[in-house]
Amino acid sequence: MIRDALALAAILFGLGLVGVLVRRNILFVLMSVEVMLSGAALAFIAAGARWGQPDGQVVFLFILAMAAAEVSVGLALLLALYHQYNTLDTNVASRMKG
Amino acid sequence: MLIAFYIAGGVAVAATILMLLQLNAVHALLCLVVSLLALAIVFYTLGAPFAAVLEGIVYAGAIMVLFIFVMMLLNLGRAAVRTEKLWQPRGAWIGPVILALVLDGEFVYLLDRGAPAGHAPPPIGPIPVGISLFTTYLTGVELVSMLLLGAIVAAYRLGWRRRERAAPEAELECVEEVWGVPQ
Repeated sequence: MIRDALALAAILFGLGLVGVLVRRNILFVLMSVEVMLSGAALAFIAAGARWGQPDGQVVFLFILAMAAAEVSVGLALLLALYHQYNTLDTNVASRMKG
Repeated sequence: MLIAFYIAGGVAVAATILMLLQLNAVHALLCLVVSLLALAIVFYTLGAPFAAVLEGIVYAGAIMVLFIFVMMLLNLGRAAVRTEKLWQPRGAWIGPVILALVLDGEFVYLLDRGAPAGHAPPPIGPIPVGISLFTTYLTGVELVSMLLLGAIVAAYRLGWRRRERAAPEAELECVEEVWGVPQ
């Protein structure tokens, strides 16, 4: 069961990675990053369950807080991008203007 | 308990794949919510009820509400509403609803069965997690609080728009678009 949980974590992380790489809409990229983070969190939970220690859940809490921070900053960046270029295409913002 | 783990894991993977295939952002968000709820059940079957509850409340609740707020900000205006109506086929909600119903049935089954048994690892309740969090990992908690403070400041700064740049006509247009032209 623990092995299957780790396999599930790997599958979710891979799916999120595919989403980050394939999609061009920055909203979908952010959602895929969420999937990747939850996959990593699942790996920590499974490891904590394997050893019967609460440390896995503690690291899950840290990942949760980090995901909340990442989403708030990412969505603020998304709004700034939309107001500046009037689109959600990530390729529009591929060049830095300084 | 074991079969619940596999069903929830399958639902999580299926919902994630559906999310990646969606074209409409709101439909993708629905699939993502279902995926995160399925992951919460996976956490429960792995003996982490506290993490499961937090996954449901914070991930599928608070973070997704943030996404919905931003989508509401982006979809302002009548043209977007019209496009959204065109984008809403009748069967768009069937897939997420079926997956959510599977989760719902599983939840009822788990409640019926009571305490986890069999091959499932023993549950670790909130008490050891809290004790570990505020003794061993106290430095980490402080660092996370600093990270959240930085995120608040960054989100405020990035979301702040310079008002003097917008032409008054454009602002008036925005107001008329939202509230209608005064007669």
